[in-house]
Amino acid sequence: MAQIFNKSANNIAKISMVLVVVLAGVAGFAFTQISRSSYLTGRYLEKQQPVQFSHKHHVGDDGIDCRYCHTSVETTASAGMPPTQTCMNCHSQIWADSPYLEPVRASFRDNKPIEWERVHDLPEYTYFNHSIHVAKGVGCSTCHGQIDNMPAVYQENTLQMEWCLACHRNPEKFIRPKSEIYNMKWQDGDLDTAERDKLKSDYKIRSREMMTSCSTCHR
Amino acid sequence: MQEKDLQQKLRPAMVEGEHSFASVTDSISDITLKKRTPFGWFIGFGIAFMVAQLLMFSVIWLLANGIGVWGNNQPVGWAFDIINFVWWIGIGHAGTLISAILLLLNQKWRTSINRFAEAMTLFAVACAAMFPLLHTGRPWLAAYWLFPYPNTMGLWPQFRSPLIWDVFAVSTYATVSALFWYVGLIPDFATLRDRAKNKYFRFVYAALSWGWRGSARHWHRYEITYLILAGLSTPLVLSVHSIVSFDFSVSQLPGWHATIFPPYFVAGAVFAGFAMVLILCIPLRRWYRMEDFITKTHLVFMSKVMLATGLIVVYGYAMEAFFGWYSAAEYEVFMVKNRVWEGPYWWSYWLLIFCNGLSIQLLWFKRFRESEFWLFTISIIVSVGMWLERFVIIVTSLHRDFLPSSWAMYSPTMIDWSMFIGTIGFFFTLLFLFVRFVPIISIFEVRTLLPEANVHGHHQDFEANVNEVEYTYDRTDPPNE
Repeated sequence: MAQIFNKSANNIAKISMVLVVVLAGVAGFAFTQISRSSYLTGRYLEKQQPVQFSHKHHVGDDGIDCRYCHTSVETTASAGMPPTQTCMNCHSQIWADSPYLEPVRASFRDNKPIEWERVHDLPEYTYFNHSIHVAKGVGCSTCHGQIDNMPAVYQENTLQMEWCLACHRNPEKFIRPKSEIYNMKWQDGDLDTAERDKLKSDYKIRSREMMTSCSTCHR
Repeated sequence: MQEKDLQQKLRPAMVEGEHSFASVTDSISDITLKKRTPFGWFIGFGIAFMVAQLLMFSVIWLLANGIGVWGNNQPVGWAFDIINFVWWIGIGHAGTLISAILLLLNQKWRTSINRFAEAMTLFAVACAAMFPLLHTGRPWLAAYWLFPYPNTMGLWPQFRSPLIWDVFAVSTYATVSALFWYVGLIPDFATLRDRAKNKYFRFVYAALSWGWRGSARHWHRYEITYLILAGLSTPLVLSVHSIVSFDFSVSQLPGWHATIFPPYFVAGAVFAGFAMVLILCIPLRRWYRMEDFITKTHLVFMSKVMLATGLIVVYGYAMEAFFGWYSAAEYEVFMVKNRVWEGPYWWSYWLLIFCNGLSIQLLWFKRFRESEFWLFTISIIVSVGMWLERFVIIVTSLHRDFLPSSWAMYSPTMIDWSMFIGTIGFFFTLLFLFVRFVPIISIFEVRTLLPEANVHGHHQDFEANVNEVEYTYDRTDPPNE
């Protein structure tokens, strides 16, 4: 009877045993990386807007406060998107004839809001409230990055649950004094650990159990 | 008493009829290789396969509509899904017990039944594993509910919950059982490879036997591996069903929260498993004329194990009732009363006592132990009984919650039934395939049961044995060209 397999089958058998383990490991690692990639999270991807509004120009160069446009950030869940009227406060006077701003003037004329593309889109099953974060010392740039450097706004973070929990588990690492909330240049290292721990107790931030309870964010 | 009779009584022959090494190999491997597939096989496989379609239909229906298609409600949040899960897992236990513990205890009679008992274990675990996954309603999300891996939610399963222990217990069990079964099959696959005439069969069996040549070194390594795997499986016989019982006993529900649960579940699992082995092997030995290898003695031994484990289970029932009374806790006492005579499911409890408690008492008598008909009937009754046991434990404990305002009744829906019956079809589909393509009895191990394997006999016998060995060698392992 002839041999069924060639002699090389011995090596193929041995290599395949090693290969299965290696491939499984590689596949596992690839899975963890792809699931966090910007391909799936939209992180760092700039979006086309109806008008290319530059935060870099308005915040960075002109020094307009966040709250001038996002008026409800301190009081409600949503930070608030400005109505066209807010734009026209200035742009009825400056750059009033610029063709670039025609969509803004059209919106004002027709009383039809500009349809901005949402950059930070949380799923519906998460309850998120801007006002409580601001009230407990989480600055804008902690989550949104250095908006004053962004000609077009992109998502600075993954917005994945592990990212939310990184702060909810250890809020003292990310909080700042009330006065610095809207400071785009703030770095987490600007306060030492003791100062931040004191802030945490001053803000009366709840226990870790409470902060990471399911129903804190999924109501 | 004659010395011969005494020998027969102490160590009954495990292979009956006139058999040599060659005839053992012939009669077992011919089922797979030579004999025409019996017409009955096609009928049986056809029926099983069609019943398995019920499972496919119910799973699709379930995934499309959610678990609302089941009868589960509040407070009976666990029902058919967990009943069936525990039932199937329990059935698997006999396979592991036979293959591992009986091997370590040097019980020779295991060799003719271990192969298909292990196959039964694997298929039962496959059926069992479906239920907790489907119970989640969205099994594609179950990965992060069940398995600890670095997911993007920064979440880990609750390691303090028996449910996660269960995931590990069952997946370890499935892995080790599959390995054990497969390693035991390698020498037999090699035999099939050497005898197969069909080119494709030969290729597949050759791939599966991993170049087994049956050299002394192969056997040496094989024996060590097999023993190590047996050692690994042995604690699993006890641990898996203990952990399954923790799913209930760790919670604080009257009717579940009892220390008797782990041993009582393990005994119940072995009990149910041996019943299933009997259900399978009684027709199998008939249809395939395997009476020489699966002898009456085998059936008697299995019935004795069934009686012993059944009595432990009955002791468990008694202790549950006793705990209820002895605790003097209002809710525990109520649970026992409600389960046994006051509640709406009293019939299920008494049916359970009939199936698992009364029916097995017949096994005290030789007449019933030696009757295939009675063994088969009792095994069916016990299988029903073990299913009812889980029904009683789960439904009667849950349906009367602490507050009467949340009391409710449970009744299964058509989908509940079709899914359960579908898994039975799936189980038998796999079993029919197994019977057709894999040697149902371990060829090389049965050969060791023959008197001629015991070569330190009289000189004359020894000569005969050597001739016989050489003869079989020529027949089974033709030298390579």
